[in-house]
Amino acid sequence: MPTFNDILIMLPEFYLVAAACLLLLLDAWMKPAQRNILHWVSVLVLLVGIYLVVAGQPDAPVSAFGGMFVRDATAEILKVFMLLCTALIFIFSRPYMVDRKLFQGEFYTLMIFATIGAMLLVSAGNLVMVYLGLELLTLCSYGLVALNRDSPLSSEAAIKYFVLGALSSGMLLYGMSMVYGATGTLALAELHGAVVHAGMSNLMVFGLIFMIVGISFKLGVAPFHMWIPDVYQGAPTSVTIFVGSTSKLAAFGMAYRLLESGMGGMAGQWQMMLAVLAVASLAIGNLVAIVQTNLKRLLAYSTISHMGYLLLGLVNATPEGYAAAMFYAICYALMSTAAFGVILALARAGFECEEIDDFKGLNQRSPWMAFLMMLAMFSLAGVPPMFGFFAKLLVLQSAIHAGMMWLALVGVVFAIIGLYYYLRVVKVMYFDKPVEGQELRPQADGLLRATLSVNALVLLALGLYWGPLLGWCRAAFAG
Amino acid sequence: MFNHLLSLLIWLPIVGAIPVLLAGSGRPGLARWLALLVAVLTFVASLCLLPAHDAANGAMQLAESHVWIASLGVNYGLAVDGISIALILLTTFVGILVIVGAWEVIQDKPHQYMAAMLVLEGLMIGVFCATDALLFYVFFEAMLIPMFILIGVWGGPRRVYATLKFFIYTFLGSIFMLIGLIYLYLKAGTFDLHTLAALPLTMKEQTWLFFAFLLAFAIKVPMVPVHTWLPDAHVEAPTGGSVVLAAVMLKVGTYGFLRFILPITPDAGDHFAWIVIVLSLIAIVYIGYVALVQEDMKKLVAYSSVAHMGFVTLGIFIAFMLVRDANDLDAANLGMQGAMVQMISHGFVSGAMFTCIGVMYDRLHTRQIKDYGGLINVMPWFGFFYVLFAMANSGLPGTSGFVGEFMVVLASFAANPWIALFAAFTLIIGAAYTLWMVKRVLWGEITNPHVAQMKDINGREAFVLIAFAAAVMALGIWPQPLIHLMDASVSQMVQQLAVHKI
Repeated sequence: MPTFNDILIMLPEFYLVAAACLLLLLDAWMKPAQRNILHWVSVLVLLVGIYLVVAGQPDAPVSAFGGMFVRDATAEILKVFMLLCTALIFIFSRPYMVDRKLFQGEFYTLMIFATIGAMLLVSAGNLVMVYLGLELLTLCSYGLVALNRDSPLSSEAAIKYFVLGALSSGMLLYGMSMVYGATGTLALAELHGAVVHAGMSNLMVFGLIFMIVGISFKLGVAPFHMWIPDVYQGAPTSVTIFVGSTSKLAAFGMAYRLLESGMGGMAGQWQMMLAVLAVASLAIGNLVAIVQTNLKRLLAYSTISHMGYLLLGLVNATPEGYAAAMFYAICYALMSTAAFGVILALARAGFECEEIDDFKGLNQRSPWMAFLMMLAMFSLAGVPPMFGFFAKLLVLQSAIHAGMMWLALVGVVFAIIGLYYYLRVVKVMYFDKPVEGQELRPQADGLLRATLSVNALVLLALGLYWGPLLGWCRAAFAG
Repeated sequence: MFNHLLSLLIWLPIVGAIPVLLAGSGRPGLARWLALLVAVLTFVASLCLLPAHDAANGAMQLAESHVWIASLGVNYGLAVDGISIALILLTTFVGILVIVGAWEVIQDKPHQYMAAMLVLEGLMIGVFCATDALLFYVFFEAMLIPMFILIGVWGGPRRVYATLKFFIYTFLGSIFMLIGLIYLYLKAGTFDLHTLAALPLTMKEQTWLFFAFLLAFAIKVPMVPVHTWLPDAHVEAPTGGSVVLAAVMLKVGTYGFLRFILPITPDAGDHFAWIVIVLSLIAIVYIGYVALVQEDMKKLVAYSSVAHMGFVTLGIFIAFMLVRDANDLDAANLGMQGAMVQMISHGFVSGAMFTCIGVMYDRLHTRQIKDYGGLINVMPWFGFFYVLFAMANSGLPGTSGFVGEFMVVLASFAANPWIALFAAFTLIIGAAYTLWMVKRVLWGEITNPHVAQMKDINGREAFVLIAFAAAVMALGIWPQPLIHLMDASVSQMVQQLAVHKI
């Protein structure tokens, strides 16, 4: 029987479910003109969620519902950043959604449910929970991608996402069933013990491979990246930003739960697999990004390469390595919100501002937006003193520490190649002349501008002083 | 004693760039004056280094250290010795002159130009102060961003190509150094340069590290054969960008040799010194010939920069030969000392040359030598300065160009007369390409009617040129204060060369 304590441990999740249901009701009763209230309440709900996560933080890892749900420092940090990213997305998206007549209650409730799925995923203590969290997250995401239902591009992206997503969920489930067959347990903690003690059978290795396929799909690691460019480009930008931030944090959490919490004893098996996946992602992501003309698609390929770097942290399979990977995931999420935030801020009704050429001469029209975008680009490229550089530094260090010097070298070679397309965006904004007659002014929404500025400046500030964040990440895995 | 002087020097221009930027395009006058104020304040603050510093002590001084990243054990560590101080003074001095030099020349978004210059200045000072390898790397790389913008926004017609090449080329070199630094960190548990210098390393490790460092710094210097970004960057950069690039940024490369290769990989450095020496000689002789045939003045001076920087690398690595093979510490001292003087001198001379070319370009909007001729008839004052700097560039005794080159040639004679012979070639080639350019630009009849309408330098330009001229002459006639400033640090560095780490 669930005790009161169980509920207390899961309070943030329960609270969000209740709040999301209330929002749904609120939306049903509200006139379209009052939808702004819904927006503000949603942001507030998320902020309170952050408060609940932080305030209820346990000293030591605790589990609830018979080990189904784990609340530890790793989950706490990821949840704070996931909620934060979703809140940022709400703030960044409002004018964009209004302009496109998509300013509806579904957007908010689906987003919040997706975030709840992400939170359950990173807190999972059981394979079933992993699957449930993942499905809640992805099912909501399918709906979000198709939110603009009159757009053929959006619908195409949603179908692709759904078909491939369903396939990968199937793979994951298949892998889980094999692991269950081999060990007779679904609980990650017991699984960890079973792997260590019982050694490994072929069945386990097969199960592991299928699970890695599922994880790779979720992360968007090559060769399981096919859906990423289409979804990034086809989805409304306000949804793309979600797939690129909150969803990536969740994917890291899932990888950590399955690979370390569950299959940590088989690190020797999965390290090399991840290394190969990392090389493939770095190569495909960086090389294909060079020829893109659509900024959202470019950022999609850049995501693929960034997830490759994230794997560089995981291959080490030590607490420092996981901390580096989590640091990278957080860093990537913040860079992604900043970059897509600028796109959202510049988009207008009938103008998506998603082609790279749309940014021509941005420095003449709106120097501040150009500056923010430049910060995001240099951070993505990993140029010091931006945040992105230090995240790269840590994962490279982790790869070298794991004795994979070659992998680190591959990483830096592709960092140089990757530099080119980020610089191209800066070039377009700063060195090119603006297109005559084209309006390139950011949305007038004051809060959007202020939040976006803070988001981008944080990339610089965290570059100058990132010690505490790394300290938290390290502490989360030290115990 | 106020012990945050170094931090002040780094952050004053960087933070000072914010009000300059905020002054906005609406009030360009205010932005210019603010930028000048910040640059002058930085220069004054850098002068305070001289009394605060004990020249008799060759160790790092005025140290500042704060924990930066506790969980990695990385410190925000700053300190300077005589060599760093000389370079910092060069930076702040040039910092004022480029701002004055750009005063009316930059009409398009002057506030952004000035702000980028100030940020760049702060970052370069940071490179010369950092005692933590990670901090050094951050400053080293961050410099690229403002320079990228400076060339790309205010540059010439092929600016996009040039600036992308500059950025990617330099990034390419340094990122392998990053791998080397991470390797060292995992071995030593710290990025502190002093600890890394004491870390024992096998020859194999040193070799890999040596080439990683060499690649990073050789591109920055730049040495043959990785110099090809420099002519492009110089030609396309605005005058101020060229001045900073030639006067200060190239020195970051040779400074890196001193702080990384010499202390961390001395044995590999000795073993492979011949590579650097050969490359330096190629730079001096071959690039000299390349400079001779240039038709674009900026390209000519850019190639001459490569040749002159060859002396710096030659001086540094000849010291390896002298210490390890001949055990001749005095000659090694001389070579190293010469390299240092050459670094400072080249900063003034090349900065002045690029300023002169900028002055001509502002009037005629061309840098082709053939478009000029007979300039002395209409711009006598300008001609005076141009000849003076040309003499310094070709290493005439009495100018700063002579001192460093002469010391390096003397030291290389002690190591191997053949090296000295090739190095001394520069006196002929350098004179040839510089004076031939002067002949074609200044003397003769006026053939281009536009030249006849050119006006002589105004007060602002005169100020910049006089400042450069004063520095060039002072250093040429009385180099003793500079040598004294760096002497203790240089001898300490030379003594370190003798220490085997295997």
